[in-house]
Amino acid sequence: MTDARTRIDEIVKSNDIVLFMKGTALFPQCGFSSRAIAILDHLGVGFETVDVLQDPEIRQGIKDYSDWPTVPQLYVKGEFLGGSDIMMEMFEAGELQQLLEEKQVARAPS
Amino acid sequence: MPMPADQIETLIRAGIPDARIEIVDLAGDGDHYEARVVSESFRGQPRVRQHQRVYETLGGRMGTELHALKLSTAIPE
Repeated sequence: MTDARTRIDEIVKSNDIVLFMKGTALFPQCGFSSRAIAILDHLGVGFETVDVLQDPEIRQGIKDYSDWPTVPQLYVKGEFLGGSDIMMEMFEAGELQQLLEEKQVARAPS
Repeated sequence: MPMPADQIETLIRAGIPDARIEIVDLAGDGDHYEARVVSESFRGQPRVRQHQRVYETLGGRMGTELHALKLSTAIPE
């Protein structure tokens, strides 16, 4: 495995919910990332973010890792769920909430 | 670099021949699109895979030439 791949693998496996995005949760740098954050905020779950703009290796690496051409990308318990469109579709259908409950990551530890 | 809507449709159609495709130019700048792709061939595939199949038809243009494509996929009712 390449360095970037190893690092991404560690991030994905050590966080219950992690969003690879452009910018930060407070200051998303693209509309799609902003939408992804809004969904996660609305669900009230705890999550980690990785700003791909700060790291060119991760920015390219995450696309190869998931075989997915764009950012943001959401991982839950090590599984790639999709980008912001899929998050929105799942959210609107109630599937995202259901999945988080099934994976027992429904609420942020306070 | 902007990409005309009919080129997107042609590419998707080539890869998913039975697809019903609707494309909206969201900003009128040839760079921000919304696409809805409905195909029987999506049946039984998870959403991630359905989207991946559409991205595959665009052959690496997604995220480069084509900056923003809001995508939704579905199976015919």
